[in-house]
Amino acid sequence: MAIVTQDNHGLRLAVRYLVLILVALVFMFPLVFMLVSSLKPTAQLLSDTSSLRAFLPVGDISLENYAAAFRRAPIGLFVFNSIFITLVTVCASLFLCSLAAFSFTYLNWKGNGIVLSVILATLIIPFETIAIPLLLWVSRLPWVGMEGIEFGWLNTYHVQIVPWIADALTVFLFVQFFKDLPRELIEAARAEGASWWQIYRRVVMPLSGPVLATAAILKSLKMYNEQYLWPLIVVQDEAHRPIMVGLGYFFQLNVAWGEVMAYLSVITIPVLAFYLVLQRAFIASIASTGVKG
Amino acid sequence: MADVSLKQVRKSYGNVEVIKGVDIEIEDGEFVVFVGPSGCGKSTLLRMIAGLEDITSGTLEIGGRVVNDVQPKDRGIAMVFQTYAIFPHMSVRENVAFGLTIAGASKEEKDRKALEAARILQMEHLLDRRPSQLSGGQRQRVAIGRAIVRDPEVFLFDEPLSNLDAALRMDMRMEIGKLHKHLSATMVYVTHDQVEAMTLADKIVVLRDGIVQQIGAPMDLYHNPANLFVAGFIGSPAMNFMDVEVLDQSADGVTVKAPALDPVKLPGVGEAFTANSKAKLGIRPQYLSVAPDTHAGALHGKVALVERLGTETVVNVELTRGGRIVAALAEDRPLELGTDIALGFDPGQAHLFNETNT
Repeated sequence: MAIVTQDNHGLRLAVRYLVLILVALVFMFPLVFMLVSSLKPTAQLLSDTSSLRAFLPVGDISLENYAAAFRRAPIGLFVFNSIFITLVTVCASLFLCSLAAFSFTYLNWKGNGIVLSVILATLIIPFETIAIPLLLWVSRLPWVGMEGIEFGWLNTYHVQIVPWIADALTVFLFVQFFKDLPRELIEAARAEGASWWQIYRRVVMPLSGPVLATAAILKSLKMYNEQYLWPLIVVQDEAHRPIMVGLGYFFQLNVAWGEVMAYLSVITIPVLAFYLVLQRAFIASIASTGVKG
Repeated sequence: MADVSLKQVRKSYGNVEVIKGVDIEIEDGEFVVFVGPSGCGKSTLLRMIAGLEDITSGTLEIGGRVVNDVQPKDRGIAMVFQTYAIFPHMSVRENVAFGLTIAGASKEEKDRKALEAARILQMEHLLDRRPSQLSGGQRQRVAIGRAIVRDPEVFLFDEPLSNLDAALRMDMRMEIGKLHKHLSATMVYVTHDQVEAMTLADKIVVLRDGIVQQIGAPMDLYHNPANLFVAGFIGSPAMNFMDVEVLDQSADGVTVKAPALDPVKLPGVGEAFTANSKAKLGIRPQYLSVAPDTHAGALHGKVALVERLGTETVVNVELTRGGRIVAALAEDRPLELGTDIALGFDPGQAHLFNETNT
């Protein structure tokens, strides 16, 4: 009887691993296809798509697509722009949204529940619906730059940063986390003479490592991977373009698919590195928010 | 140090009033304990003194200054919480010196005062540890240390020992008592543990449903409870109560009887009782003793439950003529369940409460 049970257990384990491997392969195929295709000439790439060769580095393999991609578009600049915009937005967003959440959670001001509800309600509004009003707004807003006050934010970094700093999801994550912090810690700090700012800086934020990691990861991925429509509208000059808009350089009259794959491979590297470094925190953040990637 | 004065203090949450016009005077250097069952408002009252809860109406003075609208940080108080509330990301030293850091004290001053507090609480060796490396008792010492270094006018303790096990609780109780003597500070302490209240307090405030039931020295409350509630709340095991009928009232006492009790005269009982009225007789379990069967006024019954505690034996007796009574008999007594027992008491130690005195 025991042997039969052991056999069943082994079989179940084998089936489970088989299913896991298949699922992993399904998720890996696009990535493998991208990397392998980036090494092939466009003609071979297209002919290979009808067979399993599409996923194998066989045939005429070279780094020519990469060289061509770098000749066609200033990839380094685009990657820098995206990383810069992402970093500044994430830092500002963590600061501003945590401050807002602190106020909603701890400061007992009249109507804070209603204001929080309104902020959270913005989660259901797709960006596309506010893109045009926002464009009209930012094209007239003043900005104090190196040459004094200027009007209109188009073709700048800050037009790609400022509208994304306030973020309902980030506020929500912080509010949820702050609510779970023991209230006595805040009260103890108050009794010890701390001001609200000191409580935020010395007590609450040092204890907020987990939510900072979660919010930073989700925001970074959003900023790096999904910024396409807005920069396409507000940035016309090459100097401020992020990576996703740079993809347009490769969709000219004749699409060079090999170069597209090379470009995509290059811009994926920072995200992969980011993921590998923060793998544990990344999984924890997805698990803690229930947000799908 | 400072005195604390509460005058007609009230607290409401919406339409629900939880503190209903409390008047308490706490003298400079006094150790006052608020006791009462869960939900009686004792912690709310303490938090109002701390400034963590607003006062709906009434006046709160600390050191002769009205502080109703003063921020906690400006009230000259320090508070110790039930859950310790020490900051997990700071070392013991940083925790103890937190108030000084906030006040912008120099590093030398912070180190000196933290060490001084640690010495008083015998935790010098813990100063560089993190809270996660400390036991419950050690964490509570850190919380007390944090309160000490600020040299507050009033110390506030909100059930500080409730999360500790029995042995540690006794140790820490002694520590807090010593600390009060050492600092001669005004201390207000909330607990539901009457042993803590009886052993630590100069003065106890008994609360029920947001109303002060009695204020007095521990033994005053024990021997002269103002009403049934205080009589039942103070003392362990709780006082026995028996419905009685008043037969006679005279200058030398009141005579009462009950189905389970032959007429007995209670000397020294006040004049608030009239013949043929109903009343409640209260007898502390400690004042009951095993009596001979023939003893006049004895309560007869059968042993229903025995708890042998070594130094005393708590016996639950099913009375023959109805009702139950608990006796705390001195010394260890191996009584058999179901055996007949007669309990006598000194009428001079009994209490009588009329029906309005609940």
